[in-house]
Amino acid sequence: MNVTRGFTGRPRVHNPGLPPGQYDAGEDWPVLSAEVTPDLTPADWTFRIDGLVARPRSWDWDEAHALPASPYEGDIHCVTSWSKFGVRFGGVSLDAFLDVVRPDASATHAVAYSHSGYTTNLPLADLTGGRAWIAWEYDGKPLPAEHGGPARLLVPHLYFWKSAKWIAGLRLLDHDEPGFWEQNGYHARGNPWEEQRYSGD
Amino acid sequence: MTESAFTPATRFAVPGRIAVSNRASALWRTATLTEIRRETPAVATFRFAVPGWAGHLPGQHLMLRLTAGDGYTAQRHYSLASPPDDTGHIELTLDHVEGGEVSGWFHSEARPGDEVEVRGPLSGFFAWPGDRPALLIGAGSGVVPLMSMIRHHRAGDLDVPLRLLVSARGPEELVYAAEYGAETTAVFTRRAPDGVPVGRLSPAHVAPLLAERPPGGWEAYVCGSNAFAEHASRLLVEAGQPVDRIRIERFG
Ligand SMILES: Cc1cc2nc3c(=O)[nH]c(=O)nc-3n(C[C@H](O)[C@H](O)[C@H](O)COP(=O)(O)OP(=O)(O)OC[C@H]3O[C@@H](n4cnc5c(N)ncnc54)[C@H](O)[C@@H]3O)c2cc1C
Repeated sequence: MNVTRGFTGRPRVHNPGLPPGQYDAGEDWPVLSAEVTPDLTPADWTFRIDGLVARPRSWDWDEAHALPASPYEGDIHCVTSWSKFGVRFGGVSLDAFLDVVRPDASATHAVAYSHSGYTTNLPLADLTGGRAWIAWEYDGKPLPAEHGGPARLLVPHLYFWKSAKWIAGLRLLDHDEPGFWEQNGYHARGNPWEEQRYSGD
Repeated sequence: MTESAFTPATRFAVPGRIAVSNRASALWRTATLTEIRRETPAVATFRFAVPGWAGHLPGQHLMLRLTAGDGYTAQRHYSLASPPDDTGHIELTLDHVEGGEVSGWFHSEARPGDEVEVRGPLSGFFAWPGDRPALLIGAGSGVVPLMSMIRHHRAGDLDVPLRLLVSARGPEELVYAAEYGAETTAVFTRRAPDGVPVGRLSPAHVAPLLAERPPGGWEAYVCGSNAFAEHASRLLVEAGQPVDRIRIERFG
């Protein structure tokens, strides 16, 4: 251990919900996107799933909202070290979309891509079983554009760069294919509890 | 079998011409503080010796970690202020954030000889190797990665066009004030020297720069708080800068 002389840090209460190396950002919700926030209205928004599926398809805003609602209430963790507790998102479980397209048995991974051109890769197992959402509400209100509105992917058990803002689609693959930050040295999976921040962690 | 890979709507990825080593970022290195230079009342530059530092591209950042006696750690991202060829040394410029855990330690406690840990460099997206005309827009400590670009431009005697629009509340808060040259226009939002207008960054600042139209067009780099990044990137888009040639670093 490399103790820093004179550094004590803030007084801390042990918080079992806080993954290693993270701090509680409280009310703050920092914005960390590398691109211009797109001007995207619900009328422009579409979401598509294709690749290794039986029936590729796209949903528009109304079609997506016709699927059964499934809120998320819990924590989110950003690789830049902040965590946010007890956040509430409204949207639809990704399972509801995947049930329609029916993934092939050979599908193991997905690339999520956004309307802004951002990409991020995920194991399919991280997107199924009630662990991922398409979210369009935050705290009962429409998701703000700078946080990915009108709709974003939400995969709260992984670092938040995986939860692609302005989600446009998923392509299912039989192999892993690094996305935007993963090509920039970030970890392929990004599990906060194992501190999978950068490739090599 | 998979279909051909999805092609993003914008060429939104690490520019193909930039090679980024991901191996260096996996390793924590000990950085020894060698010098502290005051820039403004709230901002200081910290110079470190980092044996084994693999070098970086102007615009990249690193992760810095402080460790308390009980094993508690705090990690934050900081942009590299120094040019890539400052062999064996790097410089960071930190704003003293009120109540800030890491910047607080640096501004109140740190002294030469102290050791911290760093890993990086990280992210090639915001990097600029000096090969294309670059239009830089920064505010507050957001000018730090842009200064690395300017220093690189100077050190290499590059003739590729480079322009900086830098916003500060007043002249006394302008980081690196003494280092700017003809490439820089300062915008003061609250207090300005006599004869200099006061006001926020506006279309009137951006238009003449876009009108220059260097060969191949500008690569735009915007850095600062989220509010500033939103404002500046909107001005660029409205002035005709292509969306896929605007790169943004938000300090949160
Ligand atoms: C890519 C990138 C590059 C960056 N580059 C630079 C740079 O070059 N220079 C620079 O100065 N900054 C830079 N930053 C910002 C930097 O990472 C830090 O966010 C900044 O230094 C503040 O950290 P801190 O530990 O001092 O403050 P923090 O402790 O994170 O506090 C920030 C604010 O939140 C409040 N706060 C947070 N948690 C608590 C708590 N538990 N209790 C009480 N109050 C709390 C504090 O009072 C303060 O107002 C960069 C950020 C990014 C993402």
